[in-house]
Amino acid sequence: MSRPLESEQDLIRTDVRAWLAQQEAKELLRFITCGSVDDGKSTLIGRLLYESKQIFDDQLAALENDSKRHGTQGERIDFALLVDGLSAEREQGITIDVAYRFFTSEKRKFIVADTPGHEQYTRNMITGASTADLAVLLVDARKGVLTQTRRHSYLASLVGIRRFVLAVNKMDLVDYDQAAFDAICADYRTFAEKIGITEWVAIPVSGLNGDNVMSRSEATPWYNGPSLLEHLDIVALDASADAEKPLRMPVQWVNRPNQNFRGFSGQIASGTMGPGAEVRVLPSGRVSRIERIVTLDGDLDEAVAGQSVTVTLEDEIDCSRGDVIAAGGDPPEAADQFEATIVWMADEELLPGRGYWLKIGTQTVTAMVQHPKYEINVNTLEHLAAQTLSLNGIGVAELATDREIVFEPYAVEGSSPNRALGGFILIDKLTNATVACGMLHFALRRSLNIHRQHLDVSRETHATIKGQKPAVLWFTGLSGAGKSTIANLVEKKLAARGRHTFLLDGDNIRHGLNRDLGFTEADRIENIRRVGEVARLMSDAGLIVLTAFISPFRAERHMVRRMMPEGEFIEVFVDTPLSEAEKRDTKGLYAKARAGELKNFTGIDSPYEPPENAEIHIDTTEMNADEAADLIVTRLMERR
Amino acid sequence: MRSLTHLDRLEAESIHILRETVAEADRPVMLYSIGKDSAVMLHLAKKAFFPSPLPFPLLHVDTTWKFKDMYALRDKVAADPAIKLIVYKNPEAEIKGINPFDHGPVHTDMWKTEGLKQALDKFGFDAAFGGARRDEEKSRAKERVFSFRDRNHRWDPKRQRPELWALYNVRKNKGESMRVFPLSNWTELDVWQYILREKIEIVPLYFAAERPTVERDGLILMVDDDRFPLDGDKPENRKVRFRTLGCYPLSGAVESDAETVEQIVAEMLLTQTSERQGRAIDRDAGSASMERKKQEGYF
Repeated sequence: MSRPLESEQDLIRTDVRAWLAQQEAKELLRFITCGSVDDGKSTLIGRLLYESKQIFDDQLAALENDSKRHGTQGERIDFALLVDGLSAEREQGITIDVAYRFFTSEKRKFIVADTPGHEQYTRNMITGASTADLAVLLVDARKGVLTQTRRHSYLASLVGIRRFVLAVNKMDLVDYDQAAFDAICADYRTFAEKIGITEWVAIPVSGLNGDNVMSRSEATPWYNGPSLLEHLDIVALDASADAEKPLRMPVQWVNRPNQNFRGFSGQIASGTMGPGAEVRVLPSGRVSRIERIVTLDGDLDEAVAGQSVTVTLEDEIDCSRGDVIAAGGDPPEAADQFEATIVWMADEELLPGRGYWLKIGTQTVTAMVQHPKYEINVNTLEHLAAQTLSLNGIGVAELATDREIVFEPYAVEGSSPNRALGGFILIDKLTNATVACGMLHFALRRSLNIHRQHLDVSRETHATIKGQKPAVLWFTGLSGAGKSTIANLVEKKLAARGRHTFLLDGDNIRHGLNRDLGFTEADRIENIRRVGEVARLMSDAGLIVLTAFISPFRAERHMVRRMMPEGEFIEVFVDTPLSEAEKRDTKGLYAKARAGELKNFTGIDSPYEPPENAEIHIDTTEMNADEAADLIVTRLMERR
Repeated sequence: MRSLTHLDRLEAESIHILRETVAEADRPVMLYSIGKDSAVMLHLAKKAFFPSPLPFPLLHVDTTWKFKDMYALRDKVAADPAIKLIVYKNPEAEIKGINPFDHGPVHTDMWKTEGLKQALDKFGFDAAFGGARRDEEKSRAKERVFSFRDRNHRWDPKRQRPELWALYNVRKNKGESMRVFPLSNWTELDVWQYILREKIEIVPLYFAAERPTVERDGLILMVDDDRFPLDGDKPENRKVRFRTLGCYPLSGAVESDAETVEQIVAEMLLTQTSERQGRAIDRDAGSASMERKKQEGYF
């Protein structure tokens, strides 16, 4: 068996220093392998690890043992056992996940993300592909290009992988037949052209026998291309493309040890920088120059894409985490409405209209996703109508953020993708789980098309005429907590003082404005959104608005708060323990919910998220409704 | 234009991870085990935050059974005024005199697993850096860089958060925490190369020297102090070194002539056994033992 590192072993013996110097200069290539176990993926990876000496003697001894006992290769070593043995989670029924493996050649170090093949693990494949430069697609020479091959190609290209290797495996089982290989290549070429994959090579291999894996095989004299490893050694890296783009550095952390030093730390996403270079800080747009690139080992003259640095600027300008330091003459855009491709990764489906945390680069904002324009069938690439996205669903949708973010379109024709400022994740605000990832296409200019009409009578005028400061008193709490009762009393007391008020009550609104809505999570969000908009219009008219809605989710209450001017949203938490509310059960709803006649009932089979910092907290076990109303009126009147 | 080597890239990625944690976590801490991986991690942290002092303390969860040389290096590191070191010992283990000779696996469980949980809870740390690498062990190969732990510090391999690009989700609820592994993508060879390149000081035990040893269950153990029950054996001087360091009665030595980092690398590449092979800790419950320990809250 050939040992490609044999040559290196001599050097290690004789001059390890020289050998280490060689290692120092190695580049790093990250790639993914896709295909199922049936395609011989484990065997191929096992062989790469084995032949590049990434398997230690104790592991090899265990492998030889296992091969004799469980292997499918007779007396020969079964490499599949090596890889499968590493993923013991399979026996334990754990979701098949991305595994990272490491090996090295004479030129490069490799990090392989071994991604599972089945459709139910789409999200895992996307995860592995998000950091890869290249994808190795395994095809069984006997079966050719399958639906799965096409799906993997599509998913990998979706996250911006531009370079593909079609490893036509098990060539030994088709007698190294050139015609079989050529037919598969022709088949793949048609598909690759259709989805815009231009940089791909096909290599006939046998993972089992090692043909064309490390070195070129005599079994395929008709094949003149490189072996798999030779190709991996020379293929272009995205890093070089990143360095040629304009400078982008998302600021991660402001380094401020004392009054005299203010540095901005971050990893350079693209471009290069050096002292004196003109930069623009976004989103503020302020211009300055790089003063120093500061490191523990002394200042640098130049830094390039991929490096983590700390820089100081010549001018004292405002710059903090989330800002982007960019090339002065070629800065990225900032926007708050986008079209994006979204890959849904959670068991709970997308709730259009709900606020999610969106993290992009070092910026975290609230984002709302609209109903998808369409979902993509990953097997046929057809566009399907969709109301939402569920686990592993991929669709195109518009989304809006609550403030402008600095971004770049993810995909770039003919170059590496803008991973740092084009790729984002969505995080559920309640569970903090990562529920989706996405790739921004472009900013929408909708706000330019729907102009706001200027109104001559302003909200200030409305308020002045009424001689009051508008407000929204937002009562939240469980069903039966006493929200409506207390809100009614508050309105009566305010009316008695000559205040102009209006009470929006949950039950009443559901008879009219919101009678098309039910009680699913999505409908509850829309219910609150509409009430929030109405409350805002009424406060624009100068009114003191009272709302009495269960409004169980923090995210939506927060959304309404953000619609109002600072200080005008007053959250009133009517705090009644579930046991007490259920005991009162004034409308008999708890009994029905317990009997299973009412679904999605807050406190029973749907959660209530209590406010964390309500302006007013009413503990109904401590005071009666009238006392509560007095307290609220007093607090409202104290307000400046 | 300069192109980055694989070590440059690994370094940049680790620094990014360290900074991201400090920017988003409330109370980060670095688990400092005094081994070579800890040494590399600490060096990366100094680089990440220079010229500021480390924006988090180091935490050494002590078992009282580490090698003397390890305590010496630890105290030297802590003498730097820019570094704050917290040493924590599980008081219950201390009172009961838990030790590796009499108590077997309970030793690791009480001193390390329980000790770590107690220390994190006591100081309210919500993100703890650890020096684990994905190439070390099969359950680590699947673990995220930011590994979420519930209120009981448990790791649930079935509910790991997808980790895309360099976007780490550091959000969590009160009481929940993160283990963060900045060296996830490093291999053992990378660690050695980096130690060499950056001239990082490591515990002398990694280098071969004549040391008093005895053999127990196929492992060569060093008699580091008089607490070692010799049962009539006479310690024998062997030229040995250690590939991993932990409690001295649990750390197997290998016979070696490697006295420099270069020689260690050469030896490692030419006579191959995996790094964890000298560790008694992985053996006590077969191949799934690390995964089980992690689920219980071990690092």
